[in-house]
Amino acid sequence: MNELLRVEQLGVVFHAARGRVYAVDGVDLAIAPGEVLGLVGESGSGKSVTLRAIARLLHEEAHITGRVLWQGRDLLTLPARALEQVRGAGIGTIFQEPMAALNPVLSIGLQIDESLRAHTGLDAAGRRARARELLDLVGIADAASRLRQYPHEFSGGMRQRAMIAIALAANPKLLLADEPTTALDVTIQDQILRLLLRLVSELSMAMLLVTHDLGVVASTCDRVAVMYAGRLCETGPTAQVLHAPRHAYTDALLRALPGEGAARARLQPIPGMPPRIDHPSPGCPFAPRCTHAEPRCDRERPAMQDVAPGRASACFAQDRLGVAA
Amino acid sequence: MSRGTWLVGRLLQIIPTLLLIGVVVFVLVHLLPGDIVTSMLGDHATKQAVANLRRSLGLDRTLAEQFVLFVRNALRGSFGDSLAHGIPVARLIAQRLPVTAMLTAMAVVIAVVLAVPLAFVAALRAERAPDIAIRVAFQVGLSSPIFYVGLVLLSVFAAWLRWFPVGGYGSGFLDHIYHLILPAFALALSLSAILMRNLRAAILGVIRAEYVDFARAKGIAARLVLFRHVLRNALIATVTLLGLSIGSLLGGAVVTETVFAVPGVGRLMVDSIFARDYPVIEALTLILAVVVSITFLATDILQMVLDPRIGR
Repeated sequence: MNELLRVEQLGVVFHAARGRVYAVDGVDLAIAPGEVLGLVGESGSGKSVTLRAIARLLHEEAHITGRVLWQGRDLLTLPARALEQVRGAGIGTIFQEPMAALNPVLSIGLQIDESLRAHTGLDAAGRRARARELLDLVGIADAASRLRQYPHEFSGGMRQRAMIAIALAANPKLLLADEPTTALDVTIQDQILRLLLRLVSELSMAMLLVTHDLGVVASTCDRVAVMYAGRLCETGPTAQVLHAPRHAYTDALLRALPGEGAARARLQPIPGMPPRIDHPSPGCPFAPRCTHAEPRCDRERPAMQDVAPGRASACFAQDRLGVAA
Repeated sequence: MSRGTWLVGRLLQIIPTLLLIGVVVFVLVHLLPGDIVTSMLGDHATKQAVANLRRSLGLDRTLAEQFVLFVRNALRGSFGDSLAHGIPVARLIAQRLPVTAMLTAMAVVIAVVLAVPLAFVAALRAERAPDIAIRVAFQVGLSSPIFYVGLVLLSVFAAWLRWFPVGGYGSGFLDHIYHLILPAFALALSLSAILMRNLRAAILGVIRAEYVDFARAKGIAARLVLFRHVLRNALIATVTLLGLSIGSLLGGAVVTETVFAVPGVGRLMVDSIFARDYPVIEALTLILAVVVSITFLATDILQMVLDPRIGR
């Protein structure tokens, strides 16, 4: 596969005062140019930490292992200067909460200009023109006067559009989007998703979309990777994974959702709570809550295995799931 | 509300503030124990002399009339003559005020120059050796009284090493600076400790802000992230603190000028209190209060410049 970004055996351990937290453990991902990969999981599954580890945005108490390969170079060992060149210009990032992610005391224009100044050779006039163009691109009208305004003068949806404009300023080939619609009103969520999809195809950009919302994944992602307790459960084309899951966790997750075809079917909540990740189990982290669990699930960690072309799953019950539906 | 309206409103606030200061100073002087005329002329003055002085001081009029007169004179900068020096109070203060202004300004510069870089180092190395060393050093500075710091500086750098003069003000601008270095340092020490602690905490609060991570994610230089995104936001609170500290800095100047024999208004205030030189005390209190309110005004305006959310 022609890959834009390849994540190999990514691990993130937080060294906190009270002990270690294993937030991400052995995650492999690959994103092709122009592809939209969804990374789903519940709160605390490590999906946002994975995204931040890729761009090396975590703070010093996070110890990252593995490799993040971008154009043949490992971002995790790249010198600071070279990393600055990849951030913004190669890999753009947007966060969940635009009000928090935009600097409250700098104008939107300046916050766009910073990216342009860092990554393009444009002169002042060129950067101004490009900034106006970017606001137009993300659907912010009256760009010239909007550039002089500050984040608190924007509405929630407009702030998210502004953040997208900033992230896209230097034409990145990959956009890392960390729950980009979670903080927004439902009506605005849909607009922002459409905008992201339009930008991805217009700018032939790839996107890693981190979300807890399987509905969002179904409507936007080409492929999906499911995470649980810091580990990858399964990956594959979105339609296949959501219609015929090959991991017991994905299966349980889907049964807990109201689906279209099963309007009368009872929702099945997943019993129990996600495991503590300060003491990872030697086996499958989902085993204690899993209805398909076998004795070995508690002791032995299932490895990621190819189950079909382009699909992989780390579940001992992967073959039983296909027929059980 | 536009920022212009906010600014005009803030400027107008200074009028009731100044009026209130005038009332307080006026009332305070009238509450002072003992009759001012008796204390000026002594117990053995003739009735005629007392009456004459009362008239010339305006003390035979009603309190309201006296207040109006006081305000009118204060606005004209006329505070009468000093009882101790026999020259107009305004001229006396005009000689001394620049000295204190320079001392305070130097103290502010020293405090900021010490506090800002060290706060940065402390915050970026939080809870590690540099941070702990800096905090302990400043804690000592913060808990040492000015007069003690002053005396230590005097005995070490003036008396022993003879790098600096033991007191006075010298003549000529550079000589003034040379004479004021030790007193300004003594005055700056506790302020710089307060600023350092405040800025360190503010930087720690900001450095993990989402917008700082977002700035890093944009791939701008680390230096820009630190100065434009971290320092600028952290400084907003510290600037306010600095503005609010000018009042206590002037209070500290009284002590510093006494220890270092610097002929500023702080020293003048102390001398005047001991000499019961009421016109000087009155005028100085008024002027210092006005200086402090103007500093507060300047602080508010500076904050508006730094933080676009204010006044919108």
